[in-house]
Amino acid sequence: MIASKESLADGPDGQAPQETFILNLGPQHPATHGVLRVRTTMDGEWIKRAEPVIGYIHRMHEKMGENRTLAKFLPNPSRIDYLSAMHYTHAFVGAVERAAGIEVPPRAEYIRVITSELNRIASHMVWWGALLSDLGGLTPFLYAFDDRELILDLLEGLCGARLTYCYYRFGGLCNDVDDEFLQGTRAFVKHMPPRLKMYRDLVTDNIILRKRLEGIGPISAEMCRKYGATGPVIRGSGIAYDVRRAEPYSVYPRLDFQIPVYPECDSMARYLVHMAEMEQSLRIIEQALDQLPAGPVMGKVPRVLKLPPGDTCYAVEAARGRFMVRIVGDGKDTPYRVKLRTPCFSNLSLFEEASRGMILPDALAMLGSLDLVIPDIDR
Amino acid sequence: MSNLLSIEPVRILTYLVGICAFVGANAAYLVLAERKIAGRIQRRPGPNEAGYGGWMQPFADVLKLFAKQVMIPPGTDILLYCAAPLMVMAPPLMCLAVVPFGESLVARNLDIGLLFVFAFGSINVMALMLGGWASRNKYSIISAARVVSQNVAYEIPMLLVVITLLMVAGTLDLNELIRQQAGGFWNWNLLRVWVNPLMPVTFIIFFICMLAETNRAPFDMAESESELVAGAFTEYGGMGFGVFFMAEYSNIVLGCCLGTVLFLGGWQSPLPLAALSGPLWGPVWFLLKMYALIFTVMLVRWTFPRTQFYGLLNLSWKILIPLSLFSLLLTGAMMKLPLVLQRLF
Amino acid sequence: MRLPIPFRETLSGFKSLLIGMRITLGQFFKPSITVQYPRQTLKMPARFRGRIELIFDQATGKSRCTACLLCQRACPSNCIAVEGARTEGEKHKHVTDYKLDFTMCSLCGLCIEACPFDAIQFTKVYNAVSFSRDGLNNLDLVREIETKRKAWLQTHPPPAPGPAASPAPRQPQPEASSP
Repeated sequence: MIASKESLADGPDGQAPQETFILNLGPQHPATHGVLRVRTTMDGEWIKRAEPVIGYIHRMHEKMGENRTLAKFLPNPSRIDYLSAMHYTHAFVGAVERAAGIEVPPRAEYIRVITSELNRIASHMVWWGALLSDLGGLTPFLYAFDDRELILDLLEGLCGARLTYCYYRFGGLCNDVDDEFLQGTRAFVKHMPPRLKMYRDLVTDNIILRKRLEGIGPISAEMCRKYGATGPVIRGSGIAYDVRRAEPYSVYPRLDFQIPVYPECDSMARYLVHMAEMEQSLRIIEQALDQLPAGPVMGKVPRVLKLPPGDTCYAVEAARGRFMVRIVGDGKDTPYRVKLRTPCFSNLSLFEEASRGMILPDALAMLGSLDLVIPDIDR
Repeated sequence: MSNLLSIEPVRILTYLVGICAFVGANAAYLVLAERKIAGRIQRRPGPNEAGYGGWMQPFADVLKLFAKQVMIPPGTDILLYCAAPLMVMAPPLMCLAVVPFGESLVARNLDIGLLFVFAFGSINVMALMLGGWASRNKYSIISAARVVSQNVAYEIPMLLVVITLLMVAGTLDLNELIRQQAGGFWNWNLLRVWVNPLMPVTFIIFFICMLAETNRAPFDMAESESELVAGAFTEYGGMGFGVFFMAEYSNIVLGCCLGTVLFLGGWQSPLPLAALSGPLWGPVWFLLKMYALIFTVMLVRWTFPRTQFYGLLNLSWKILIPLSLFSLLLTGAMMKLPLVLQRLF
Repeated sequence: MRLPIPFRETLSGFKSLLIGMRITLGQFFKPSITVQYPRQTLKMPARFRGRIELIFDQATGKSRCTACLLCQRACPSNCIAVEGARTEGEKHKHVTDYKLDFTMCSLCGLCIEACPFDAIQFTKVYNAVSFSRDGLNNLDLVREIETKRKAWLQTHPPPAPGPAASPAPRQPQPEASSP
């Protein structure tokens, strides 16, 4: 059911045209997971136009980066996407290291990969639970948090924080891993496959979930390219784009893993990409633990870190897609410009086009499958 | 005692108080039971602060709801807005009058009991619709429209299933229906496969329809809290919301009572032993079966995500109605088959 | 015999529902895993990041802080304010005032890494609360050190001031204990 071109447009003075009404989803609505507002023009339960209104939690992270020394910006990236704080810190730290030519010891890189992948699993678990609670099933949320707790405990024992880790430093890590963490991670890697099977039996194979996601919210590969969608969204549209392969960073080239791709373009494909990524992350962690070299975790870093003039980019595959930090130095200890390219912003921007003509519950299921973190959109 | 009960006003008064108490206690404690069961399923203890194991929780909840202001938002249709919570409680209070909890423990043994139940059973749908419509909230109106189409769709297979049973039983009297299921659990309508091999399927259809009629997950289109905030109840606060909440559970009690009567042999004991049947055992068996059904209802809610709205209608029109129609025809054919054979040979 | 697709879908869908119910029923009979927080508490890990505190040096009975202001400069949120004073005959200054605005602290740990004397560390305080903003935005860390010093002085009496003095009292005067 695609509405005609005329009926999609708003009437004069921004009023809804005849026979339609405007429904505000958010900024406080159970389905928007934060202060996202979607201004929908509805015809009955059919969405004619859904326009995301963002900026409710804009915190000027880019400007903050330009106004303080590099080290002082270190706690900020974790706050942009609080669910994949490790990746975001990794991107910022990596950008500075690339710009200033700092060598990172291999042990630190391996630990970065392990913690990043743990963080990815934790993030996907939150997404999984939140999607299911969007769809009305509240129990999987608790099961996911049960397992996520194990990851948070591991990372808390490692760096003392549960969510906004601030664990990476320019040139390495703030402290080395202990045996407790390594054993705990190995135990976790053993613990997860049966749980993932349980997730599959309970939810993935469930006919109600399949009916709610299969064929819902198709996003073509072309639309993904047009809006710059990345992460599970583009991999659910049949394009094997993953920063870990496309722009290899850290020690990912030395690890053997697959990039799950599903060509169906619907919400179920995005769902399956997330689920398969958790398995791949477990594989990566296992390999990285086996290959973990001995040595220091901190490289040589000048006492006063100054960025040479120039333009540096560093992208990582965060849990939600490509997060890139572009950092422009002008010889001072504060950067001239910090640009943060966040995945959720691009992933959300296709919602307006993709949700046209959808029925409200389906649109919300699709919004859930896009895996949005609102501070990441507004940054 | 039985003499006293035969005096009409005393009987009416006793059962009125009894049914109100039964509905009230069930509504209050099923909320607690649901939260406890949800907690257990999610590996947490559930409410456990108010009283030992949380048994005082319903009192705390009701106290909180009473203390809240009853808000009537501007622009509402005040009469309908206030009438909806009253009407939504009507079906359980009315229909429990004819439900036999024991062989003689029934307020009014109507010979058209089943008809009576179905006549009053759908008032809560109208109440939800009125409540949603009168609150003048976009979410509520969407929800009201959903509730009506959902209930219209599920009334049909439910009635078809009941007609199947009627053909087998040949009576509308609920007590008579139960008496026919005497003699062990293999004689319950659920397992009378020699009458109709599709009997268990019929029960499942009935159960699904019951879930849909009472707006329970996975068919909770009326509330669908992650899409429509609180659906038809969005604008209700305080005890207005509380009554809707209680009515949900009362309606489940009614639905499960009906399921017990129609399919699980009511107050009949599962084994035909003299020691396990009798006037005292009857209510015990009845309540056991009813609460087992209620537990299943809750387990279903805490297991599955919500269905799509049109998926729900598809399920009804494309699967449940054809299946129940087929079952109806099959029952008819199997009942007539002996007669046909007799005439032929 | 293969059933037509709609029948197979219905049957397999129904089966998936039963599997789901079996899983949740299985979880129903397992013990709960939650920690009943106010009554039970978890042990904080060794590296837990609570708010910072000045380390009390058991050997000297003082803080190791020399008021070098490196932590104050390292702090991204400007939530640390340190003041120090110089004592005659000592190489370093000592801290006289260490104020922490915990409402702004992001617990990043940069101050602790910046400290060249190992004078500050994270506490294990995870439930810092206050009835007013003042209770958290102006924490006086030096006063904490002084409180600890009082307890420390119970077991470590100050050296006797001179041979002429009377036997050292076991209970030193609070005024005498301040550095």
